[in-house]
Amino acid sequence: MKFSFAGKRIAGVLTVLPANERSFDDDMKDFDFPPEKSLKLKRVMGYDRHRIVTDGTCVSDLAVCGLQSLFDRGLVKPDELDALIVITQSPDYFMPATSNVIQGRLNLKHDMLCLDINQGCAGFVVGLIQAFMMMEQASIHKVALVNGDVLSRKVCRKDKNSFPLIGDGACITILEKTDDRQPIHASLKMDGTRNDALIIPAGGFRMPSTPETAVVEDVGENNYRAKDNLTMNGTAVFNFVQVEVPPMIEALLQDAGLSSDAIDYFMFHQPNKFMLQKLADKMKVPRERLPSNIVENFGNGSGATIPTNLTFNLARPLIDGTLTLCLAGFGVGLTWASMVLKVGQLAFCEIIEY
Amino acid sequence: MKTVEQVLKGIRPEFDFTTSEDFIADGMLDSFDVITLVSELDAAYGISINGSDILPENVKNLAAIARLLQTYGIAP
Repeated sequence: MKFSFAGKRIAGVLTVLPANERSFDDDMKDFDFPPEKSLKLKRVMGYDRHRIVTDGTCVSDLAVCGLQSLFDRGLVKPDELDALIVITQSPDYFMPATSNVIQGRLNLKHDMLCLDINQGCAGFVVGLIQAFMMMEQASIHKVALVNGDVLSRKVCRKDKNSFPLIGDGACITILEKTDDRQPIHASLKMDGTRNDALIIPAGGFRMPSTPETAVVEDVGENNYRAKDNLTMNGTAVFNFVQVEVPPMIEALLQDAGLSSDAIDYFMFHQPNKFMLQKLADKMKVPRERLPSNIVENFGNGSGATIPTNLTFNLARPLIDGTLTLCLAGFGVGLTWASMVLKVGQLAFCEIIEY
Repeated sequence: MKTVEQVLKGIRPEFDFTTSEDFIADGMLDSFDVITLVSELDAAYGISINGSDILPENVKNLAAIARLLQTYGIAP
């Protein structure tokens, strides 16, 4: 599915990371795996350290911290926000929506649209598409997009498939209308027949959590997890990304009338370094134009990974100038989405700690 | 230059890879071993194996790996 927009822009990006950092060397102690193989896993996948919440921290805690920081510094005025989109797979509650929790905690105005979307690694692009569609309305001028997850709380520490890569955090992206009619092109595809490739089997209404679903089981290949935990079919997800993403990007660039060389940076979701390097090679993009250093520094924060990629790698260039970026996210659903747009002259582009 | 068999032995020294027709079904390589194998073949032969070629059928035995490498101009 194709989308195109004009007269909208990213005004600023803020990443909120938990201050607590855990190292891969600490993670290794929980794995049922020879240390030399764990070190090989670290080298090939690019794992090193990741940010993990403590003391029951929830997505709304990270988001409120970030939004309050923007309000306190005068970077965003609370009353200017006409919509708040929260994209998460780890909401504070089944009900109410986390966006309403955040709205309430910050005493935001009532004349506002609050919307939660259950999305993961493609969630930044899905959120941008949703925000830009909202801004087609005369009444919506400025949108706060929150991409946040605390999925470490749902991953078994003895699961070497998932735990070393997981990272918690939230990003707040402010979108606004602009007189600049620069075109924005996007592409989105979904395949629900592969919905079990990334899943938390228990805890919803299909399989409610019970003492039995909390029992950690040997699931093979020296991995252990409970049905209450996130489970990822790593081989299927890897193959999905390698098969679906390159043609999506090629078609998107064609729609935008741009060559690969016209893109300053390919800012992709980052599950692991190996996957990103294989994507870059397949797309014939120099690896330095497709950064892959977020997982090793912070972990994979689902929908927060692309905006963290912006705040960590491109903060100064995006404040001082303007870049043409190709964004791509891919994961749960399965979902794969991409966008080409100019980003720059940002009011803020930074990382703070919670 | 390392042979494919030497690369495999470096990953799982406890197995004799000449005796199996299906390393994965026989429990000699797990999913992470497959990723490691590709990473080490890339380094050994100076290539980048296409991500969509990383499939069990392409690495299940020595003949399959040889066929895969041939598509990158490598005759191991």
